Amino acid sequence: MQSNTLTIAGTEFTSRLFIGTGKFSSASLMNKAVLASGSELATVALKRVNPEDQTEDIHTALQKTGIRLLPNTSGVRTAKEAVFAAQLAREALETNWIKLEIHPDPKYLLPDPVETLLATEKLVKLGFVVMPYIHADPVLCKRLEEVGAQCVMPLGAPIGSNKGLKTLDFLEIIVEQSSVPVIVDAGIGSPSHAAAAMEMGADAVLVNTAIAVSDNPIAMAEAFKLAVRAGRTAYTARLAPVKTGAEASSPLTSFLSENQ
Amino acid sequence: MSVLFQQKNTGTYEQATGEGFYPVFRKYDWDGIRTSIYEKTTSDVYRALSCKKRSLEDFKALISPAAKPFLEQMARESMRITRQRFGKTIQMYAPMYLSNECQNICTYCGFSLTNKIPRRTLTNNEILREADFLKQKGYDHILLVTGEANRTVGVSYLKNAIKLIRPYFSNISIEVQPLETEEYNALIAEGLYAVLVYQETYHEECYKIHHPKGKKSNFKYRLHTPDRLGQAEIHKTGLGALFGLEDWRTDSFFTALHLRYLQKKYWKTRYSISFPRLRPHSGGLEPKVVMTDTDLAQLIFAYRLLDEDVELSLSTRESMAFRDNMIKLGVNSISAESKTNPGGYVVDPKSLEQFEICDERTTEEIAGMIRRKGYEVVWKDWEKGY
Repeated sequence: MQSNTLTIAGTEFTSRLFIGTGKFSSASLMNKAVLASGSELATVALKRVNPEDQTEDIHTALQKTGIRLLPNTSGVRTAKEAVFAAQLAREALETNWIKLEIHPDPKYLLPDPVETLLATEKLVKLGFVVMPYIHADPVLCKRLEEVGAQCVMPLGAPIGSNKGLKTLDFLEIIVEQSSVPVIVDAGIGSPSHAAAAMEMGADAVLVNTAIAVSDNPIAMAEAFKLAVRAGRTAYTARLAPVKTGAEASSPLTSFLSENQ
Repeated sequence: MSVLFQQKNTGTYEQATGEGFYPVFRKYDWDGIRTSIYEKTTSDVYRALSCKKRSLEDFKALISPAAKPFLEQMARESMRITRQRFGKTIQMYAPMYLSNECQNICTYCGFSLTNKIPRRTLTNNEILREADFLKQKGYDHILLVTGEANRTVGVSYLKNAIKLIRPYFSNISIEVQPLETEEYNALIAEGLYAVLVYQETYHEECYKIHHPKGKKSNFKYRLHTPDRLGQAEIHKTGLGALFGLEDWRTDSFFTALHLRYLQKKYWKTRYSISFPRLRPHSGGLEPKVVMTDTDLAQLIFAYRLLDEDVELSLSTRESMAFRDNMIKLGVNSISAESKTNPGGYVVDPKSLEQFEICDERTTEEIAGMIRRKGYEVVWKDWEKGY
């Protein structure tokens, strides 16, 4: 039986659900949701980390859960700013892992592919484990692999939209072609979206808004945990075939029997 | 650069490291793979036929004996996919043998060092005469072929040959001895488009038996040739096994594994597959395993079902009837009127052939046949520079 853990930069994860930490109504609720999700990796916006504040600081609260923290560069608009933010994150959180987010567009927060590629290349050279958030662009994914990204994080739909896998056709190509883990990030709005991503072959999903803004984030976190497990199990078990349509009658291969 | 290794799941296969294909290849045991292919069941074939994206496990099912009753369904699906991807077109190419000098002993090849045949390497003038003949026939895609003799037909000879014929042809491919990455770079700079390099067999021990002497006896060096081509960013790499040396199903699995590895790692390169079966030649070797026309058709369908984009090529080794029928069913590239001896078209038609061809029709006859089937004959499909 082969291992079903996910490995990124030598670190094994048994849960394939990664979780975002924005939009929760309190740090306490966030903690409970994170624990209910079973996730082993939570992203945290560096801009929200306040090492001085020991009360409601998100970083301090998350540390109590024992979950691995993944700082993100949310808020930066260029590769240069991203590199600076990553260096700050390394100092503040004592990790060389970075979720690279560069979105100059303040409305939809769509990632800038050019700056992301430049920043990834630079950060890899500086010793970072880079996890880039990107549009579902198969060519960009291969370019990111080549410069040393440890995974790719294509979006399913715009951040926070909860619209699901609007980029499905491109995600399928990315999963097919990728040599590094593919983590579907952004747009996943319901457990069924997460399950669909996992059934399709994604290595993990990252969810935030769908859990944080639900009426019951703790229950929703658990629902996502189960959905991700179900989707992954279905993928490894291989889905049953879809029935093929009616067959035409004139044979194409009759020449073979005449030929033997 | 080392690409992170990631086991995707239990149904697909491990991917590349920065060390080339050999470490990946070594994870697979020939006998184990062979057994798993022959143990595939009808339900495995059903699944493989119904999948949207097919894995190498599905490919195993499609080439297994269990798939034989499904040949018609496979043909139908192969035809559908091929038409969707390539339309009703067939690309034409012609081989041009430049030399039969060879320093290798290969038990199955007419050019083998131990075969006492007259050796010949074409001069500049002779190359141009052959090129002129093929150009007049309409060819724009030419495949230069030599034995493996680095001293006489090394990189400088090949570079010169490509330079000479470049004004005649848009698309120049080679099937010669494996070279180093920088040597491929030098040939690409002269206008080389594609390199065909067949592993002959992926059975490492069997390979050694059939290649006892010469540089070709280095299994690993040959196996890594497509890696070196990928590093040189060649436009197209052609893969294949020589059918007859070992179990064709197992060899085909390893070819497909190699293909998938290369596609992920060298993603800017196109890939083609050829299906050479052992043919009679001087000092001939009887095939250890016979691959029938039905087997070959099954394999071609399986490749097309595995990969809608890979180019599938049929040479004149195959019979007229087989080629005519397979044109609609999966292949998208064929040769015609081939001569497998240096200078075989006009310079020295009587020099010894590497192997006998089967389909001996003229280029015009074959082009006419393709058109009568409602397909376009494509002579030119590439231009260096964009």
